[in-house]
Amino acid sequence: MRTALSGVALLGAFAISLVAVLTFTRPPINIVATGNPGTGMQLNYVPKQVAAALAINHAPAALPPIDAGPPASTVYKNVQVLGNVSSGAFTRLMVSMTNWVAPQQGCNYCHVAGNFASDSKYTKVIARRMLQMTIAVNTKYTNHVGNVGVTCYTCHRGAPLPSQVWFTGITPGSGAGLLETNMGKNLPALAINNSSLPSDPFTPFLLNHEKIRDQGTTALPSGNTQSIKQTDWTYALMMHYSQALGVNCAFCHNSQAFSDWSESTPQRLTAFYAEAMLRDLNANYMVPLTSIFPANQRGPTGDVAKINCATCHQGVYKPLFGAAMAAQFPPLLGVGATATAAATPMVMPSTMPMSSSSTTDGAKP
Amino acid sequence: MAMLTFEKKYRVPGGTLLGGDLFDYWVGPFYVGFFGITAAFFSILGTALIIYGASQGTTWNIWQINIVPPDVSYGLGFAPMAKGGLWQVITICALGAFVSWALREVEISRKLGIGLHVPFAFSFAIFAYFSLEVIRPILMGAWGVAFPYGIMSHLDWVSNTGYQYLNFEYNPAHMIAVTLFFTTTFALALHGSLVLSALNPAQGEEVKTAEHEDTFFRDFIGYSIGTLGIHRLGLFLALAAVFFSAVCIIISGPFWTAGWPEWWSWWLNMPIWSGVH
Repeated sequence: MRTALSGVALLGAFAISLVAVLTFTRPPINIVATGNPGTGMQLNYVPKQVAAALAINHAPAALPPIDAGPPASTVYKNVQVLGNVSSGAFTRLMVSMTNWVAPQQGCNYCHVAGNFASDSKYTKVIARRMLQMTIAVNTKYTNHVGNVGVTCYTCHRGAPLPSQVWFTGITPGSGAGLLETNMGKNLPALAINNSSLPSDPFTPFLLNHEKIRDQGTTALPSGNTQSIKQTDWTYALMMHYSQALGVNCAFCHNSQAFSDWSESTPQRLTAFYAEAMLRDLNANYMVPLTSIFPANQRGPTGDVAKINCATCHQGVYKPLFGAAMAAQFPPLLGVGATATAAATPMVMPSTMPMSSSSTTDGAKP
Repeated sequence: MAMLTFEKKYRVPGGTLLGGDLFDYWVGPFYVGFFGITAAFFSILGTALIIYGASQGTTWNIWQINIVPPDVSYGLGFAPMAKGGLWQVITICALGAFVSWALREVEISRKLGIGLHVPFAFSFAIFAYFSLEVIRPILMGAWGVAFPYGIMSHLDWVSNTGYQYLNFEYNPAHMIAVTLFFTTTFALALHGSLVLSALNPAQGEEVKTAEHEDTFFRDFIGYSIGTLGIHRLGLFLALAAVFFSAVCIIISGPFWTAGWPEWWSWWLNMPIWSGVH
């Protein structure tokens, strides 16, 4: 009995040691303080993690600047967004877009060979709208993107479909029979750090406009009706923020009072502006394109791929570590864009009925 | 004062670790010894430095007095007194006082010829403090990751340090430690209530014995750990709780920098789940 017990204990200790050695990281640790000494506000990284992020997050070399020639609209046909851009800059941007989005497929990924003006390929219709979206981000949301800005490459990284997108998950409240009501929880996803929190916090907050604030503003209860479930949604979204930016809670918050702006870091304000931006991009740019995307590029419920923090950030606190890539492409900052290019909703071809069903499918916490 | 008549008989000379007979005396009820002197020295000096630190701070509010460790930029070096150096000296004083206190317990145990269980147990508490303020900072390369000395400020530190790992309750050692803390209070409640039940029978009944206590648990759950065993179990549970608490903070940072939920990916990636989803 005694020997059997020690045998079991020995085996157990071996198993635990094995898991420990295989799963943990080890020093040295790089520390970035985000608050005053002694507050415990800091970011922690292992060099390997930083090296891995640096390796995949650098801006590609930009083509030499050209800004010559008559306006693009006088040289090419059917230039709806970049009409006033010089034809030199226009061509440079088109070649760059090919490098950023469809380097393997080339111009013909969007254009009909021999008739570049044609809109008959769905990819060109989407690309035009994405161009408008990029200009909108760089002009309307400087409070979030600052002077870093975005280009096609920020999300695409050389692939026609950005790798970091989201689709609406299982609709909460769909429990069957005697089972507990499904709250979209216990479906581990890296976006929520593999926790048991709801794995789709995006539909409520980044498409619909649910309340993120769930803490009471007084020490004692005084009418805060936010539920545990709603709180779970918020925490799941915050998990996503952390994962997408490769940071922890202390990047933005002092946990002494999460909601107190005066105790938060400046980064929290930047993140706050992103919420309105993402709702705008998803509702006004992505969702209207739903029917234009082929079915195999849509989500399990038929919804269009949508944008969250990870789409641009890809694990880094500033996309591409803050490389000011957009500044090298003035047309993406709205220079030479036709007057209303960024603001005008896309005119949809009549053969492609607009689907707005996804906006109402959103999960409610 | 404060000494019962029979206690004199246990006041035996010898058993000291250091200082020979020089400090082998009592002050009132208290045994002094070399380590009594050092305990007093470090605790008085440390407390005085905390009061000095408070005088240099912004408040005398007992809840808000805060003596902070150096900024992480000082690494493992010495910091100026006003910028964390005070914290470093106070930490040395605290460890000096705690270790002195444990060694004084050893000397008393040796005098009485009893085991060293008490200083052994107390050393786990010292180990927990040492883990937070010395081992983890050395592993992470900066004294600045240690907790500050202040009633509210150290709680804020605990909260933020937990949130550095997104959800600290997914920390495996924290899970074990919390379980052990609950178990130790559960065991103490069972033991305390059982002893009191035997010693407080109904009116007119005789006080019951350890046999009654054993029988109660045998009838109840089929097994009684026994009068000595329950104390071994209690000591084990309490010390294991403290030990795993120390482990849970030592691994947070030095051996894991991401969110704790993510650590469990190895479990989610086990082949047993293939085909489940």
